[in-house]
Amino acid sequence: MAEIRLEAIKKNYGRTEVIHGIDAEISDGEFIVIVGPSGCGKSTLLRMVAGLETITSGDIRIGDRIVNDLEPRERDIAMVFQNYALYPHMSVFDNMAYGLKIAKVPKAEIDSRVQEAARMLELEPYLDRKPRQLSGGQRQRVAMGRAIVRKPAVFLFDEPLSNLDAKLRVQMRLEIKALQRKLGVTAMYVTHDQVEAMTLADRMIVMNAGVAEQVGAPLDVYANPASLFVAGFIGSPPMNVLSHEIRPGREELDPGAVIGIRPEHIDLVAPGAGLIDFDVAFCEPLGAETLVHGVTAAGDKLVVRIDGADTLPADGVPMGLAIDQAHILAFDASGRRSEV
Amino acid sequence: MSGMVEKRGYGTWLTHAALIVGIAVICFPIWIAFVASTVTQEELIRPPMPLLPGPHFFDNYLEALLTGGVAPVWQMLLNSLVMALGITIGKIIISLLSAYAIVYFKFRFRMLFFWLIFMTLMLPVEVRIVPTYEVVASLGLLNSYTGLILPLIASATATFLFRQLFMTIPDELTEAARVDGAGPVRFFIDILLPMSRTNIAALFVILFIYGWNQYLWPLLITTDPSMNTVIMGIKQMLPTGDQTVEWPVIMATAMLAMLPPVLVVVGMQKLFVKGLVESEK
Repeated sequence: MAEIRLEAIKKNYGRTEVIHGIDAEISDGEFIVIVGPSGCGKSTLLRMVAGLETITSGDIRIGDRIVNDLEPRERDIAMVFQNYALYPHMSVFDNMAYGLKIAKVPKAEIDSRVQEAARMLELEPYLDRKPRQLSGGQRQRVAMGRAIVRKPAVFLFDEPLSNLDAKLRVQMRLEIKALQRKLGVTAMYVTHDQVEAMTLADRMIVMNAGVAEQVGAPLDVYANPASLFVAGFIGSPPMNVLSHEIRPGREELDPGAVIGIRPEHIDLVAPGAGLIDFDVAFCEPLGAETLVHGVTAAGDKLVVRIDGADTLPADGVPMGLAIDQAHILAFDASGRRSEV
Repeated sequence: MSGMVEKRGYGTWLTHAALIVGIAVICFPIWIAFVASTVTQEELIRPPMPLLPGPHFFDNYLEALLTGGVAPVWQMLLNSLVMALGITIGKIIISLLSAYAIVYFKFRFRMLFFWLIFMTLMLPVEVRIVPTYEVVASLGLLNSYTGLILPLIASATATFLFRQLFMTIPDELTEAARVDGAGPVRFFIDILLPMSRTNIAALFVILFIYGWNQYLWPLLITTDPSMNTVIMGIKQMLPTGDQTVEWPVIMATAMLAMLPPVLVVVGMQKLFVKGLVESEK
């Protein structure tokens, strides 16, 4: 059990700075998700916490220790890798026990810890198998078992679900969350999938181009994105971005400035009855909901989310859009939130 | 195995006929050598040459093993075995270690060393044999196992092969081992070695035959008959001038010299195939 503090973490590869100073505090037992597009530095940040990458400047504290120069095994962490990274020539049992064997844990204790983890992960029937004889989901469980048996202070997950199919991903997502709750271990989880981030995180760090754009609870981040990037990255479909003012009685936006509105905060009404008019281009019925794509009168593309039970508007028909103005967010030319 | 290949009538006969002819062409000289090793000198030199084995199998082989030509064949076989095993095991250990260093450690001039090793691929033993002889001679290693083994022990080919193998092992595995607390030595022994076992088995076969079949080098540095290896020993047994020799004994020696590589191939084949079936990817 431990809290993690990142203080002005920077990382250079040669002359190129890839992480530009990140500060974060992760409290004991918290599940924190680092989310961002590929190449934003999120995995690098995690690997620096793990001790697999050197830190160019700044401090990482785990508990009350500065761990900058410690080897991974001395940091009291366990890591789950994207490709599981199981030792192919060892049985499931040996895979889980390897770290403990190196740490010279007594044999009886290794045995009981592995059995306990196997029971928790429903891996008991597979302990004698080799990794190649397991399915993707089972391999993922073994990788988690290997992390659990070490009883680390911190769990690190590097996109652990990205090699699984969609259904299994949802299931394992729930299992990871439940497991982390049960063990009460501090967890850092890297993903590019904003759904995973939203569902797993107590708090999330949204990263873009080596900078933490926003740190906060998932729903806060969703409702109050600090920047246009966060608004576009969190939420699917992303927030609508309009480059023309639609609120009555206001001047046209500054050049480069935009306003944003989530698709679920717009309702379709009769033409002329809403705040603005809109031409339907096409609909994507998803069952529970339908996404209506179209173009506003001012020429901005826009998506509206309506209930799946509503009748679909025909392609090409004009409609009105009723928009709750309280949900309209403004962003200045640099992409930051502005009050107007 | 049945059912793996569809039956095709004449095609099957034709392929089998071709295979049988091929095998006959390759095996006939060996058969002649075998026949020659089971008859007496008189029978052998009187035309026509016998094509069926005679009754002197044990006489000839015992004479070869215990008396031989300049040295008894059992001693030459032992020398060959020591040399071949020394070269094989030494080469495997050295190339595993150097490939490990080149792939997993960052040190100054790493690529320079790699290219130096790689360039020696282009230099066969024969090219550097005179300076090598000079070095071995001045170190006083003539007529010794060390002298037989040492100059042949470094192998660019095997180093290169292990380098390529290690580069296919995912980085995440290395990192998982680091997180598990395995230092460089444990990682090498616990992870890399078991994952390389099929390649080690294959190399063992190839290198053993390479070591066993060395001819020029032992011929140069062993002047003492008790250090002769069997491959060069056969040459020493051949008549010079007007000596008369026992050809059946020479043929028996040749058969004995062929045996260990065959045993290694047959013996290792099982391990080799098992390794291939079990291998990852």
